[in-house]
Amino acid sequence: MDQRVDTSLLEPQRVVLPGEAAPETEVAARGVSVHYGAKQALFDVDLDVPKNSVMSLIGPSGCGKSTFLRCINRMNDVIDIARVSGRIELEGKNIYDADLDVVELRARVGMVFQKPNPFPKSIYENIAYGPRIHGITASKADLDALVEDSLRRAGLFDEVKDRLQEPGTGLSGGQQQRLCIARAIATRPDVILMDEPCSALDPIATAIVEELIDELRANYTIMIVTHSMQQAARVSQRTAFFHLGYLVEEGDTNRIFTNPTDPRTQDYITGRTG
Amino acid sequence: MQDHIVSAYSAELELLDTKIATMGGLAEQMLGRSFEALERRDPDLAASVVERDQDIDDLQTELEEQVVQMIARRQPMANDLRQIMAATKIAGDLERSGDLAKNIAKRAAAIADQSPPMPLISGLRRMSELAMRQLKDVLDAYAERDAHSAVAAWRNDEQIDATYNSVFRELLTYMMEDPRTIGMCTHLLFAAKNLERVGDHATNIAETIHFLVIGDPLPNDRPKGDTTSTTLIRHS
Repeated sequence: MDQRVDTSLLEPQRVVLPGEAAPETEVAARGVSVHYGAKQALFDVDLDVPKNSVMSLIGPSGCGKSTFLRCINRMNDVIDIARVSGRIELEGKNIYDADLDVVELRARVGMVFQKPNPFPKSIYENIAYGPRIHGITASKADLDALVEDSLRRAGLFDEVKDRLQEPGTGLSGGQQQRLCIARAIATRPDVILMDEPCSALDPIATAIVEELIDELRANYTIMIVTHSMQQAARVSQRTAFFHLGYLVEEGDTNRIFTNPTDPRTQDYITGRTG
Repeated sequence: MQDHIVSAYSAELELLDTKIATMGGLAEQMLGRSFEALERRDPDLAASVVERDQDIDDLQTELEEQVVQMIARRQPMANDLRQIMAATKIAGDLERSGDLAKNIAKRAAAIADQSPPMPLISGLRRMSELAMRQLKDVLDAYAERDAHSAVAAWRNDEQIDATYNSVFRELLTYMMEDPRTIGMCTHLLFAAKNLERVGDHATNIAETIHFLVIGDPLPNDRPKGDTTSTTLIRHS
């Protein structure tokens, strides 16, 4: 007896009021596949990421979620044997077009990694480096203002304002991760990619970063890979579940964690063997 | 359904089901015996029902403690989360059903030395049978995780309401005809109302099962047949 219902009806309807714009799609992936040599790691992924929201990518190790994340700023380009096919549009423009400037793309799509990786430079230089190479600021005063603004947005300025010339590596793990977020923000990106940004942090530092993610989504579109189901449930508006290289299910986070459609999603998020 | 990787988690979920089944069995038994006590005018049987109520209350307390610990320790998701929420709600409905059965038993003891006219008891017997069947149906639906049976039981509540309406009117007629029956009829009226309430708790359980199995709530438009709260006696 099939007791399933059409859960697409349960998705919150995006009601567009008069005078209000429909939520825009920031990143649109179409038929994205990735091969590492002869081995296919990602199969034909279609995914829309709404602007100014947090999308979490979840799934077991080796499911392709990080591979997919790394497609969004063409990080897979640096791996010789990696081959990406399909389209990924950032605000309507395919980022795999031949005429696209990858350096400029990576300014627009920032990335934060699992382990905080500040440059072995001062706190100030960690932030100033990106804007300087991208020529974002015109003067020293502009750059100072941008460094301060980025640190403020990352919720770090008050903690470091008196030691901007001290090395970034001298900060605590949680502060270092926020420094890396500030560094990603400094190039004024549209999208911030986060690959397990809290896995090396304690619960308090994690909570601070999660609070920060919630604030940042007002201005940025965030895609976060996480192994913590609770974190995905806490920080994201939408969740995508990957399994064995396939995007199995994507939807409203509230629905995915209370009533997922696919049994594979159900088994994974409830901790069952699958 | 696959088992949890952490086997203790599966065992805890099964324990919730066992507790619900035990509470359900107790509620059914109390309801059956409370009516029997009423019908046979047996104060000893009535007293035994009143005593049983503590067992349901204790089980509900135990279940709630387990649920709090499971939420804290397991952070349940998806169907597990719905299962835990459902067990908590159903335990509440069963505990209330037990209270209502206890209340019928107390009234049975109070009117044990009176002799209610038989037609009255037959309407109540019909209500008692319907309420018991309703409770049994939803408990079976819960055990089987069968949303279809739960919805069928949910719709059946109208029959209890209809029977309650006729018992209500009948009791009013008796009281008007012979004021000496008012004391006893009032007790019977409350007993009937209690049975009607048990039916409502059974429909709550049916709604919870629908949420548990399907993942979304039942629409809030169950046909309701109890009109007694707007009924007035007309003196002609």
